[in-house]
Amino acid sequence: MSEPALSVTGLVTSFPDGNGRARVVDGVSFHVDPGEVLALVGESGCGKSVTALSTLRLVPRPGRIEEGRVRLGGIDVLSLSVPEMRSMRGREAAMIFQEPMTSLNPVHTVGDQVIEAIRLHERVSKDAARARTVELFQEVRIPDAEERVDAYPHQLSGGLKQRVMIAMALALRPRLLIADEPTTALDVTIQAQILELMRELQRELQTAILLITHDLGVVNELADRIAVMYAGKLVEEGTRTEVLAGARHPYTRGLLRSMPSLARRGQALAEIEGVVPPPSEWPPGCRFASRCPVALSHCAAELPATTRLSSTHTADCHVVAREEAA
Amino acid sequence: MSGALLRVEGLRTWFPVRAGVLQRPVGWIRAVDGVDFEIPAGRTLALVGESGCGKTTVGRSLLRLEEPQEGHIWFDGVDLAALPPAQMRAYRRHMQIVFQDPNASLDPRMRVRDAIAEGMRAFGIGDGAAERDDRVAALMARVQLDPAQRHRYPHEFSGGQRQRICIARALAVEPQLIVCDEATSALDVSIQAQILNLLRDLQVDLGLAYLFITHDLSVVRYLADRVAVMYLGQIVEEGPAERIFEAPQHPYTEGLLAAVPSVDPGRRGLAARVRGDVPSPRHPPPGCRFHPRCPKVFDRCPQEEPPAYAVGEGTSRCFLADPEGA
Repeated sequence: MSEPALSVTGLVTSFPDGNGRARVVDGVSFHVDPGEVLALVGESGCGKSVTALSTLRLVPRPGRIEEGRVRLGGIDVLSLSVPEMRSMRGREAAMIFQEPMTSLNPVHTVGDQVIEAIRLHERVSKDAARARTVELFQEVRIPDAEERVDAYPHQLSGGLKQRVMIAMALALRPRLLIADEPTTALDVTIQAQILELMRELQRELQTAILLITHDLGVVNELADRIAVMYAGKLVEEGTRTEVLAGARHPYTRGLLRSMPSLARRGQALAEIEGVVPPPSEWPPGCRFASRCPVALSHCAAELPATTRLSSTHTADCHVVAREEAA
Repeated sequence: MSGALLRVEGLRTWFPVRAGVLQRPVGWIRAVDGVDFEIPAGRTLALVGESGCGKTTVGRSLLRLEEPQEGHIWFDGVDLAALPPAQMRAYRRHMQIVFQDPNASLDPRMRVRDAIAEGMRAFGIGDGAAERDDRVAALMARVQLDPAQRHRYPHEFSGGQRQRICIARALAVEPQLIVCDEATSALDVSIQAQILNLLRDLQVDLGLAYLFITHDLSVVRYLADRVAVMYLGQIVEEGPAERIFEAPQHPYTEGLLAAVPSVDPGRRGLAARVRGDVPSPRHPPPGCRFHPRCPKVFDRCPQEEPPAYAVGEGTSRCFLADPEGA
């Protein structure tokens, strides 16, 4: 069996909170196989973005990786020196963000930024790197690619800027692409174009993708498997169909039911009561217990174990464990 | 004569593009360029479209937060567009607005009690501080906030709770119509569901009319009686919500609906039917403004501007709806 493109085991990342530190990612484990798309899903503050940043050691200070193991291809990421880590980013794994404007330098042309990214890792002439950049722009379906390489970021629309970011991320043919809310800032018709592009590129290049998003519709479009996070922990994991059509964790079920949908109308939307508790109020047991409509008396006190529902489907929930035992 | 609470006719709000030392206008951004619609008392019209289509400017023009160049805003038989500013102020009592970002609309130094009571004081509602205080408590309970927390400051509340505060503040002056400008767009889905349900309950109980401005079509289906779709400053299609979703007539509406990803795992692979980007509202394309992106474009489209043809209890600005044949 080939090594996963990314494997994360027991990851703990903390941020200062009051007098101590809050473990905003608390013992998270998952893997992404080569050529596979795994979606890490959850609402604001669940820790999905910090998890993604941790895998490339990009957690901003004063955040800190406390424990765990991250392997990219065969490489143990957390044991690399800073220069080794820098040379690996882009080559082994690249990242695209929600807001392309903050990732592009406004005073350089977009072409020069891609050329520089290529030449940072490979000894190629400027002309050769430019020719590669034009090809990359064509690959991400940027119209008039030869002219657009000389454009400044502000001259491009949001959709075109995100295409530039994807071209830059794929420039060195990384084995893993981490996409953090890649279409969230885009209008829906532009989002559809970018999703179509990502699906086509993923098929052509067989790049593994770790997709970070709150949008279950985007997940359905791109993901092979889904991992759901809540308050720093993974609560459910399974194939796209297992999670979207057969969710078992009460949080995943609540999330799916609270989504207004094009196909439904009239009846009140199911709500998840209350709000996500801040880290200072996390109970020793299940962190969803205070909002859970089916919580048992011991849910808030004891951490739920992982219940295996199929070879690919798991849920961390006392209620699911009881249902399965029955 | 229809018995509409609000009837908008031929609304035009253009913004000057200024240049040079003298800041002379050198062109116009046609943000709202000839818009007609009406909202009966107690009903919801959703105004949908992508960024830059002018939907927010429509909402702001109704309250004269932007000054329209042309057109009529009939509210309860009075043309608000023709009112002198002093009289317009009095009408703001009947028409309130709730924005996307509750942080920007709440003064961080003002206690929640005072924020909610501000409008009551301005319009002389409530007899003295004690009565106003009672009303604040009742309003907070109405939007499911704890009245005991009325002495707190906005930062002590979560994002969803702050949006409830904004809704309570709008309700305080007993409006007949509330403009909700992307009022749930910044919220997580589980919180969005709470706010959408609240808005619906309030409509049933108080007979409120809503102009619900949003880019999110799935929210629209949940809430709207009628839907108006905007593109580059114009309403391209308008009609009953069910009909718009089941049988869209305008190719832009079709494209918008096709671009919304579904969470049904059996329905994957959405089609990006609408190509390219939205052109600048400073130089809208000749003829039909949508023709450069339209998958159904034909020779007539770039040459003539389509009027709003009557179709399916609504209108469509597309030659395909021309009863004389396309």
